[in-house]
Amino acid sequence: MTAQFASITDADVASERERFPRMFSASAAERARFWLLWGGLVALTIYCLYRFGFFSGDFLHGVGKFAAVVVGQLFPPKGFEHLPEFAKVMGETIAMAFLGTLMGAVLAFPLSFLASKNMTRARPLQFGARRFADLLRSFDYLIWALIFVRAIGLGPLAGIMAIAIVETGTFIKLYSEAIENLDRKQVDGITAAGGGSLQRIRFGVLPQVLPMMLSNTLYMFEHNVRSASILGIVGAGGIGFLLADRLRAYELQDACLIIILIIVAVYAIDYLSKFLRERLIGDHRRREPVDDAVQV
Amino acid sequence: MIAAAPAPSIPRGAAARFESEYAAYRRKKKLYAFLAGAAFIACIIGAGITAKFDVVTLVQGLPRTTDFLMKLVPPIEAATFVKDVKEWYWDIGKWLDSLLNTLLMAYLATVLGTIIGGFLSFFAARNLARHYAIYWIMRRVLEIARTVPDIVWALLFIIAFGIGPLAGILAITVHTIGAQGKLFAEVNENISVLPIDGIRAAGGTWFEEMRYAVLPQVIPNYMSYTFWRLELNVRSATIVGFVGAGGIGHDLFTSIQLLYFSDAGAILLIIVATIMCIDMLSEKFRHSAIGKASFSH
Repeated sequence: MTAQFASITDADVASERERFPRMFSASAAERARFWLLWGGLVALTIYCLYRFGFFSGDFLHGVGKFAAVVVGQLFPPKGFEHLPEFAKVMGETIAMAFLGTLMGAVLAFPLSFLASKNMTRARPLQFGARRFADLLRSFDYLIWALIFVRAIGLGPLAGIMAIAIVETGTFIKLYSEAIENLDRKQVDGITAAGGGSLQRIRFGVLPQVLPMMLSNTLYMFEHNVRSASILGIVGAGGIGFLLADRLRAYELQDACLIIILIIVAVYAIDYLSKFLRERLIGDHRRREPVDDAVQV
Repeated sequence: MIAAAPAPSIPRGAAARFESEYAAYRRKKKLYAFLAGAAFIACIIGAGITAKFDVVTLVQGLPRTTDFLMKLVPPIEAATFVKDVKEWYWDIGKWLDSLLNTLLMAYLATVLGTIIGGFLSFFAARNLARHYAIYWIMRRVLEIARTVPDIVWALLFIIAFGIGPLAGILAITVHTIGAQGKLFAEVNENISVLPIDGIRAAGGTWFEEMRYAVLPQVIPNYMSYTFWRLELNVRSATIVGFVGAGGIGHDLFTSIQLLYFSDAGAILLIIVATIMCIDMLSEKFRHSAIGKASFSH
């Protein structure tokens, strides 16, 4: 072995390089494209920094103010006498997330079969269902909340509806992906034994996809507790209203207490949901069952 | 053949014991299912009471929702189609400018957040952090950065930086740092040491180890997460304007507050078109980024 490698000289390498230049480095055009792309991205970044005033004195002034005012006035948290009220509104927030997620799941369940390639033969129908789901989730929760506040009035109901609508879109996507990935053999087995389409779904499809659906639903519930905590900013119920109110009134120490409360509640729900996922479905391997449909 | 097979010798009473134990198992399962169902229904009722869920208001509100959605689109006649659409999009120049701002905000926040988050991810990866304390603290910092919603960060930054896109960019950047830091740290934790050993065995330097053994393993995942984050940040950038932190959300918010519903409809349509384009582009780029290397996830 050693002798074999030792016999390779620099001249050999040079001649190989001449014979197969592409083995040693990319072509000039490829390299030019690479550097142009990165140069362009860096230039765009610098332009953005300039455009949004990162190079101005205001920015440095703002940094100083942020450090002094916000960090200095945020701590220590205060307003513990309001804690029962805050906790009650936090409970309302979690209830909103729960009901919104549940409504979304119930609405999405039948539609997800319509949106799966292996369940719906009519391609336009399947494609239409998918695009409908995309449309529902392309608006953020806050935009839907703004619409529902206008339509059904201030309060948690608007928030529940906003979550339900976005979640319908998300769940159609997630559920139909689960359905498309199922093992065909079980379904064929039911067909061979003379089962109808409802029996195919009940005994062929559901046993395979239900754990995945439950896991995704729990995960989205976790995620929606975070979403629900800000919907109050536009008046759609939950703790966001109190938080925005305190922040705008510069009562930063109260706001700090509310933020801590939100973080604690989110952690508690995360652990509960993780516990349930492990208990119900043995889903301890996958940390995050959904990757591209949701925000972290 | 089947009949000739010797019958297994079953001890007497075993079948009966199986039957009774199986029945007991079934009863226990049914009881658990019943309890879980009851708890679930209790949760629904409790949540309904806590959130003041009111079916009557909902049923009355739904037709109004449809009315509202109808108001978003002004009457457009086939005969005067071009003129009507032009009238609908009367302020297109300003809206497109806001849209450009929104996209650039999302871009800058993604770049800044990815650079800082990527740097911090090395301290938040258990196999790379030197001390457990550093790892633990960094994980908590990243958790707080992403658990506090970006719109709340925006409200905080507005206090210091005033109304405008700067506050929005900083808010989205902080959230991005939290998310990228965590995701990149997980990528770092999952790298294989074999390529590193290979480079070291061939006499490579530390730089060559990083360049030829570590980077090729992590770059595809980093790129994929960054495209995904850009897509999510465009969404965020459309809403931070609701609290005054710049972008097209500000135009949407004011037009709804001022009851200019057809303006709101025009802006919503712009947002939908943008988000869908970004979705498609991001998916395409992510697949090409993933395709460059094996992806163990």
